[in-house]
Amino acid sequence: MTQFLQATVAGLSLASIYMLLALGFVVIYKSMQVLTFAHPAVMLFGAYMVSYLAIDLELGFWVALAGGMIATAVLSWIAERVAIRPMVGKPLFAIAILTLGLDIAIRTPINNLIGVNIRSVGDPWGFGTWNVGGVIIQHRAVAMIVTATIVGTLLFVFFRFTRVGLAMRATAADQEVALAQGISVGRIFSLAWIMAGAMAALAGTFASSDLSGLTQSTYLVALKALPAIVVGGLDSIGGAVVGALVIGLAEAYTATYQGQYAAFLGGNFSQVIPYVVLLVVLLIRPYGLFGTEEVERV
Amino acid sequence: MLEVANLEVVYHDVILVLRGLSFSVPDGKIVALLGANGAGKTTVLRAISGLLDVHEGDITKGEVRVDGEPIHKLRPASIVDRGVTQVMEGRRIFAQFTVDENLRVGAHTHFSDLEKNLDRVYELFPILKERRKRTAGYLSGGEQQMLAMGRGLMSNPRYLLLDEPSLGLAPLLVQQIRDLIVEINRQGTSILLVEQNATMALSIAEHGYIMETGKIVMDKPATDLMKDEDVQEFYLGLHAGGRKSFRDVKHYKRRKRWLS
Ligand SMILES: Nc1ncnc2c1ncn2[C@@H]1O[C@H](COP(=O)(O)OP(=O)(O)OP(=O)(O)O)[C@@H](O)[C@H]1O
Ligand SMILES: [Mg+2]
Repeated sequence: MTQFLQATVAGLSLASIYMLLALGFVVIYKSMQVLTFAHPAVMLFGAYMVSYLAIDLELGFWVALAGGMIATAVLSWIAERVAIRPMVGKPLFAIAILTLGLDIAIRTPINNLIGVNIRSVGDPWGFGTWNVGGVIIQHRAVAMIVTATIVGTLLFVFFRFTRVGLAMRATAADQEVALAQGISVGRIFSLAWIMAGAMAALAGTFASSDLSGLTQSTYLVALKALPAIVVGGLDSIGGAVVGALVIGLAEAYTATYQGQYAAFLGGNFSQVIPYVVLLVVLLIRPYGLFGTEEVERV
Repeated sequence: MLEVANLEVVYHDVILVLRGLSFSVPDGKIVALLGANGAGKTTVLRAISGLLDVHEGDITKGEVRVDGEPIHKLRPASIVDRGVTQVMEGRRIFAQFTVDENLRVGAHTHFSDLEKNLDRVYELFPILKERRKRTAGYLSGGEQQMLAMGRGLMSNPRYLLLDEPSLGLAPLLVQQIRDLIVEINRQGTSILLVEQNATMALSIAEHGYIMETGKIVMDKPATDLMKDEDVQEFYLGLHAGGRKSFRDVKHYKRRKRWLS
C-alpha cells in the first residue's frame, strides 16, 4: 500500500508537468488549429531563463520564476507573430513542419548555453520531504501538484466566465462568426501563444527542480506531454488534464511495479509507457478520450 | 446613414461578384435587399462588415460609409464598434455554448452594457430567457434564429444586417420573425434585410433594392415594388395568365455579359 501511494504521488507530480504543457498545446490548437512541435524548446527556454535569472543574476527564485515566465511568454508571442501568423490558412502539415523548424531554432542556442553541466533553477524545495505514514512526499511534489491544480482551476474559470475566455472559445468554435461579433481573432491567437509560453516555463522549471536538474535532455519531458494531449483529445481542455493524469500515473506505476512483475521488458520501460498508452487509446478512440469527432477547419 | 457607394468586390483576385453597386440605409428605416441565389447579397453584407478577408475577397472599388465616414478599410472589430453588426446566413450560433454564453460573446465589444442589453434581448425573445442555460445546438430552428438575432443585438448596433432570417422556417415562424424585426426597428435600430422571401421583406420594409448578378437592377419604395408586375412575377410568385418568358420583360434589363 505504501508503495502504491508512493507511486501515486510520483505519478501526480509527473502529471502536473505534463498538464501544464498539454494545456498550452491545447490552447494553441483550439484557437488556431495549429499543433505546435516547438513547445519542448519553448519549455527548455523557460527553464533556462529561470535558471539564468536565479543563479547567474542571483535574483532569487520567485523573481526568476516570474521573469522566466514573462520572457518565455514573449518568446512564444514573437514566434507566433513572426513565424506562424503568416502561415494561417496554409495546410496543417506545412505549419507543423514549420514548428519543428522553430523547435530546432530555439533549442540549438539554448543547448549551447546550457552546455554539458547540470544547472539548477534555484528552487526553494530542494530535496526536502515529509513523511506521511511511511509515504515519503517531496516538498517539490506538493508544490507542483498544488500549482497545477491552481492553474487548471484558473483556466477553467477563465474560459467559462470571462469576456476574453469566452472570446477564445468562440474563436475556436467558428472564426468567422467570432470576427462578426467584433472579436479580434489575431489577438486571440497571440494570447494563446502567450499563455502556452508562460505555462511551459512553469513546467520546465518544475521538470528541472528534481535530482537531475536542468540539462539538455530535460527537453524529453515535454515530448511526453504529446501523448497526454492526444490521449485526451487535441481540442479539449478537460481532456488535457485527464490525459496528463493517465500518462503521468501510468508512467509512475510502471516505474514502480514493472521491475517486480514484468522485468523481461527491461529497465526504464516506464519511459516508453506514454507511447504505449497512446497507441492503445488511439486504437479504441481515434479522436482521443474527450476530443470532438469532427475537428472542423475554418 | 449607412451607404454603399459604387462597390466592386472580387473573390480570389479573379471572380468579379459585385459590379458597382450602390444603395443606402437611412437611420431608423428597414431596407430590403432582394435577389435570387448567387446574386451577391451575402457578399454585400460581408463587404460592409469586413468579413471578405475570410473568403479571400477584396473590395476593388467603391466605399462603404457610416455618416459619410468610410469604414471599408476597418477591421471587423472596429466596424462592430461603429455600430454595424451582421447576423449571418444560416444562424451560425455556437452550438456547444449555452444560450447565455452565445449572447455574452455577442456583447464582446460592449461588455460594460452587458446586463442592460441582456435584459433587452430577453425581453424581446422571452423563449430564450426560458432556455438560457440550455445548449444552443439543441434549440429549434426558430429559436436558433432568434438567438442569432439576439446575439447581434448584444453589441447594441445602430445598423443590424440580417441575412435571410426566414430561411428554412415554417410560415408561422416567419411571421414571428417578421414581427420581431419590426419591433427591433421600432426600438431604434436601422435594418438592412436581405431576403429571398420578398413578400415578407417588402411587407415591412420602407424601401427595396433588387439585385441581380452583382448590380442593383431596381430600386423603389417597397409598396411600389409590391405592385410591380415583374417583381410579382419573379420574386413574389404571383402572376396572372400564362408564363412569361424572361425575354419579354422590357425594363428589367439583364446584362448580357458576353457582349461587353
Ligand atoms: N468565397 C468565395 N469564393 C468565390 N466565389 C464566391 C465566394 N463566395 C461567394 N462566391 C460567389 O459569389 C456569388 C455571390 O454569392 P453570394 O453568396 O454573395 O450570393 P447570395 O446572393 O447571398 O446567394 P444566396 O441567396 O444563395 O445566399 C456567387 O456566384 C458565389 O458563387
Ligand atoms: Mg447569401
